[in-house]
Amino acid sequence: MSDTTDTGGPVLAADGTPLKRSLARALRRQKMRALLLIAPLLLFILISFILPVADMLYRSVKNGIVAETLPRTVVAIADWDADSGDLPSEAVYAAMAADLKEAAAAKTHTKVGTRLNYENPGISSLFRKTGRKAKKFDIEGVSSWKEELIDINKDWGDIENWRTIQTYSPRVTSGYFLNAVDMRVGTDGAEMRPEAERIYMNLLGRTLWMSLAITVCCILLAYPVAWILANLPMRQANILMILVLLPFWTSLLVRTSAWKILLQQQGVINDILVWIGLVDDSARLVIINNQFGTIVAMTHILLPFMILPMYSVMQTIPPSYLRAAKSLGATDWTAFWRVYFPQTVPGIGAGSILVFILAIGYYITPALVGGTKGTFISNQIAFHISSSLNWGLASALGAILLAVVLVLYWAYDKIVGIDNVKLG
Amino acid sequence: MALPPYATTGQRVWHYTFRVICGLIFFFLIAPIVVVIPLSFNSQDFFTFTKEMLSLDPAGYSLKHYRDFFGNPDWQDALWNSVKIAPAATLLSVSLGTLAAIGLSQPHVPARRAIMATLISPMIVPLIISAAGMYFFYSRIGLAGTYWGVVLAHAALGIPFVIITVTATLVGFDRSLTRAAANMGADPVTTFFRVQMPLILPGVISGALFAFITSFDEVVVVIFVGSAKQQTLPWQMFTGLREQISPTILAVATILVVISIALLTTVELLRRRSERLRGMSPG
Repeated sequence: MSDTTDTGGPVLAADGTPLKRSLARALRRQKMRALLLIAPLLLFILISFILPVADMLYRSVKNGIVAETLPRTVVAIADWDADSGDLPSEAVYAAMAADLKEAAAAKTHTKVGTRLNYENPGISSLFRKTGRKAKKFDIEGVSSWKEELIDINKDWGDIENWRTIQTYSPRVTSGYFLNAVDMRVGTDGAEMRPEAERIYMNLLGRTLWMSLAITVCCILLAYPVAWILANLPMRQANILMILVLLPFWTSLLVRTSAWKILLQQQGVINDILVWIGLVDDSARLVIINNQFGTIVAMTHILLPFMILPMYSVMQTIPPSYLRAAKSLGATDWTAFWRVYFPQTVPGIGAGSILVFILAIGYYITPALVGGTKGTFISNQIAFHISSSLNWGLASALGAILLAVVLVLYWAYDKIVGIDNVKLG
Repeated sequence: MALPPYATTGQRVWHYTFRVICGLIFFFLIAPIVVVIPLSFNSQDFFTFTKEMLSLDPAGYSLKHYRDFFGNPDWQDALWNSVKIAPAATLLSVSLGTLAAIGLSQPHVPARRAIMATLISPMIVPLIISAAGMYFFYSRIGLAGTYWGVVLAHAALGIPFVIITVTATLVGFDRSLTRAAANMGADPVTTFFRVQMPLILPGVISGALFAFITSFDEVVVVIFVGSAKQQTLPWQMFTGLREQISPTILAVATILVVISIALLTTVELLRRRSERLRGMSPG
């Protein structure tokens, strides 16, 4: 080893390099090693989870189908001014006829029709009907395609249809998002849909409202339970803890089917009520397939997620604080409200955000016990993916839901910290 | 917790009322699960207690729903599919998850918070969004409707649980042990398998059980990503509950409750063992 300390120069490591650089290299190597250990999983999550979600988000604005199926029309119609009150020029009609001929041969004209039909109901039949004849179009042989097309179907003379085609010709659209917030592209840009057609904002409002109701129910039910668990002697508390953890570990489907069976009109709860005489046999309560059913079942399912964070916070509060408050003359209520309760607020916050995040995206339970009045926005997303096949709208609704959840997730990270999530 | 001898009447009344309230909430938590068990032995096709059952008449009870479950090829296929998918997904998420958790618990990790947030996100993002995204994306790369597509999706959903439990165990891990092993000439691989792994094993196993139950119970993603060939037990239950609800579901539910009791007991025992190893009170 060199006598660096004597000369007053930089401190050297055993191999002669300055200690600072040597340490920095060691630190860098340590960082690299940590990253190398994490990399496989990060890559895995990226491919199996992040990319799919990003793909879905892209679908909410993607709109290639009009430009791909009607390439000539899209170019020709770009200069047309829809507000002029005139129909598009002869060239646009000719381009449309040529595009339709090709599309009909490739059988893609119905897809464009379906896509445009989301924005302008009725337009898909126009494409379908014209498409049937389009295969035999003689593009060069007709002098005026404008007259010819209007002759085939008078809807080709409707400015609104052309406006729709023009509006949705770009490859990226805000149309799905506008639909998802109950707006549409009208004559003067975006406008709200008529009151009766506003579905999704009401649904989102209902989802938020019901999630809030479930969260509040969970707080009210979890607080006493968490308190008694934190204050009983260890052995008894552990036994009672099993009653909390068993529902937590039981399959979601089992719990939902249990509620379905309990809440039915011929189910156990109604039977008991009739047996005690509270309810007449002919007037059995309707407590399933409505909002009540969803709230009860989901409160039960999410309750452990509220109890566990509350319990872990309450466990850390020394009981001597309450005794001190009382010995200083506080009543039971003051001691609880001014001394104990404020210390449990972090637990309530952690539990509430967790329950709310989980509730807002629920699909299975509302689908099974919610009927039509108690469903969530997730159920509508599922409907658009598997039944109506309007994937763009499903993705836009999903993006809105995701945005709400991510804001809450961020808040959770700020308040509780992702590292502090505890299970069981 | 015990009532002091000088408590006033009001305090006494409140003390007992509070216990009754807590008892009712515990009842609310456990009753729906417990009620399924006797109902599954119903000899009728009803979803409620019959007169014979209430009078404890043996004729009111039977194993017919269980016989139906074990005799019906639909249910057996579903059970078999669940048993094939869950372990593969668990193995995948545990092996990758444990490795990453060890990486995350190193003292210097750049962008630790962001990485952690990304890895936990499958637990937070609503299932329907994950399911929709995976359905679109996996169809594009030809994984939709295949066994491996479902395994991949379920592994992604199980990873947050593995990360959370294993990093929690690693917090209590004494790093000087690995240094000691290295000092005595063990290479990193030997150190990992002979020193670190046995000590964090309880955490890894409970993470694995969480990942297993996540896959075993999962229904939304499998409905979208899987095809009829991958129909799992929860999927079969979901369709059963949606369409014509058959009492066989009660038998299946009871079997699943028994499985969860077994898993819960294992996890609790592991947790106590790991706390004991760490020198905390066994509780």
